[in-house]
Amino acid sequence: MLIVRAPSRTPGNSLQVRPTLYAAIGLALFLLLWESVPRLGLVQSSLLPPPSDLPEAFLREFRSGQWSHYVGLSLNHYVLGFLVGSGLGTLMGVLTGMSKSLEWLLAWVVRLLRPIPNLAWAPFAIIWFGVDEANAVFIISIGVFWIAFFAAHGAIRSVDRDLVEVADAFGFRSGPERLLKVLLPAATPGILVGVRTALGQAWMAVVAAELSGVSGLGSRMMQASSLLATDIVVVYMLTMAALYGIMDAGFMYAQGKLLKWKP
Amino acid sequence: MEALTPAAPIIHIAGLGLAFEQDGRRTQVLQGLDLDVQAGEFVAIVGASGVGKSTLLRVLMDLAAPTSGDVRIAPDPAAERPMAMVFQDARLLPWRRVLANVAFGLEKTSLAKAERLARARDALKLVGLADMAERWPHQLSGGQRQRVALARALAVRPSILLMDEPFSALDVQTRENLQDELVRIRQETGKTILFVTHDIDEAVYMADRVIALAGKPGVVRAARQIDVPRPRRRGSIRLAEIAQEVKTDITAEASDRGPDFVI
Repeated sequence: MLIVRAPSRTPGNSLQVRPTLYAAIGLALFLLLWESVPRLGLVQSSLLPPPSDLPEAFLREFRSGQWSHYVGLSLNHYVLGFLVGSGLGTLMGVLTGMSKSLEWLLAWVVRLLRPIPNLAWAPFAIIWFGVDEANAVFIISIGVFWIAFFAAHGAIRSVDRDLVEVADAFGFRSGPERLLKVLLPAATPGILVGVRTALGQAWMAVVAAELSGVSGLGSRMMQASSLLATDIVVVYMLTMAALYGIMDAGFMYAQGKLLKWKP
Repeated sequence: MEALTPAAPIIHIAGLGLAFEQDGRRTQVLQGLDLDVQAGEFVAIVGASGVGKSTLLRVLMDLAAPTSGDVRIAPDPAAERPMAMVFQDARLLPWRRVLANVAFGLEKTSLAKAERLARARDALKLVGLADMAERWPHQLSGGQRQRVALARALAVRPSILLMDEPFSALDVQTRENLQDELVRIRQETGKTILFVTHDIDEAVYMADRVIALAGKPGVVRAARQIDVPRPRRRGSIRLAEIAQEVKTDITAEASDRGPDFVI
């Protein structure tokens, strides 16, 4: 029997156009559904503001200067909390990944602290730091600490032992030498997975931290919802989505540069 | 390591034994192993897998500690390092380009960066890969990767090259090319080479002397001088005869005791 392998009728580049097209269609359908639910009177528009109301609500909030004010405050909390939490988490993860005795020493301390939700720390945060920036930074950094910690710990522990042996064979035998020459570069992809997860988790923690009264977009959302200004609430929800999207895209770009050795 | 008199061998091993304990069971890998290697000699070490060939190299490279015996390496004023190692798999660092991989061991020295890279380039030229300097390891073939590993070892200017089955994972054509390259490089550089392999034809073709390890724990069963002038002809009758004798050296004792296991 004759077997024929026919050439594909679709040219190769269609694979790049189609995902973008589908994504646009998906988003348009979502907005259409969202718009139609309040417009058709299925739900009151104060309970679910239609997307067409949002540009006007945003402009109102923006012109009054509130938007920039609250977003600025929150960004400050976000950046500091993210840096402190993921920085300390990565540091501790790397250290426990390198030292078995440190890992054993901290094993039950980790089990004790790990399951506590970051918001459960809010009472202490208020006592220790007051209703202040440091309060929010503390809660956000706890929220991302564990993500970075476990990612870094796992990444260091799974570094190929053969490569560590290469470092040994060429005389890099001290802890810092091994770390810089082999462990850290080899563990970077795994560490960055944690950092990327933390990038999203930190936004969730921002809102949670600001619900306790520290001024920022979280507190502004609470204020708006108590006045039933749900369009303002949605404006800030979308603001966060946009900021996260930009940061994640920027992160992926930087990661691509950093890991260009990956096949 | 103590200094030896100039007439003494460059490597002197007496009564070397190594055992390790796992789950309360003690396994003796090597016992009472004696071996002297002269400066500039090409010694191949053959034997069945598990006989301790690789362990011997790891002890010399200080990657494993012997449990008994004496190992002395004579200092060589012409070399910068006593030894460098090439592993069975190339073990290149995937996050470094080829040139930076070759320069790896030189980062332990006080050489300036430009000097290190110049040396790495020279070493790459020696293994015939000068034009691959800017590639990533994953862009190379298996044979090219092993050449880079050889260049990395040569770059630190060792007096002794330790090679642990470096060509065993390569296809026949590539393996034979690399064997000829190694013989050429050895003639150009005058390095002392300890070459572990399970391929007896390879050992007999390249080496000045073939050491057969056998038994459990492994000891030197026989040592044969390969008095065949160079350049040697692959597959010559004389080499085949010697290979047959070496094969007998390795298997002689096993047949006395009966096989340890049956495949």
